[in-house]
Amino acid sequence: MLKIGKPAYEQVRRHGEETYPHECCGVLLGQMDGDSRAVTSIARCGNTRSDSPQNRYNIDPRELVRIQREGRVRGEDIVGFYHSHPDHPARWSQTDLAEAHWIGCSYVITSVEKGKAVLTNSFELAGTDENDKKFVDEKIDVT
Amino acid sequence: MPKIQIPTPLRQYAGKEPAVEVKAATVGEALYGLVVRHPELRRHLYTDDGKLRAFVNVYLNDEDVRYLQKEATAVKETDNISIVPSIAGGSAQR
Repeated sequence: MLKIGKPAYEQVRRHGEETYPHECCGVLLGQMDGDSRAVTSIARCGNTRSDSPQNRYNIDPRELVRIQREGRVRGEDIVGFYHSHPDHPARWSQTDLAEAHWIGCSYVITSVEKGKAVLTNSFELAGTDENDKKFVDEKIDVT
Repeated sequence: MPKIQIPTPLRQYAGKEPAVEVKAATVGEALYGLVVRHPELRRHLYTDDGKLRAFVNVYLNDEDVRYLQKEATAVKETDNISIVPSIAGGSAQR
């Protein structure tokens, strides 16, 4: 399960509307709590896929290093990521799975239709390694 | 000693530690020291033929070691080495 406060949840959805028709992306920070993840803040990132931003995203690892360092100071870990699917369902794609490597983290996807955020779903990247990884639907508990 | 920051998914293979200090003079020595101490990490970081996996980025402080001297990059006592698996995807079908 992914636990997230209403303001952070709304920030994630709004980000997708702002970058439409391009995909947005960002990091979820907080605490791992057994099988669930609790988000205490989010960090917006730039999408470096300028060649195909409408259906691809990539976060600069240098940005991730900085976010991780700033999170450490606040006692937060990276617990997941989010991105948007402009005019596409809020379901993971084969690209999403192939390029997901943070096993045990949440991957949140928001569908944005004609500039409006519609559905937001979360998937836990389950498994033990690259060979058996898979996305599993998880509940989002917005508090 | 240089400190290696372990990303959340790999901590379970590193004694649940968020960071591991390893005596090393280069990035390669530090990573070697890490997998010697925590052998379960090896398959997550390296391919069967011993190459760092393509999606595993290694940063020395704020610099990608690919653009420095790769694994031969010298490290200082106070340096932070970060292991950062890539974050990418998108709605496009492959």
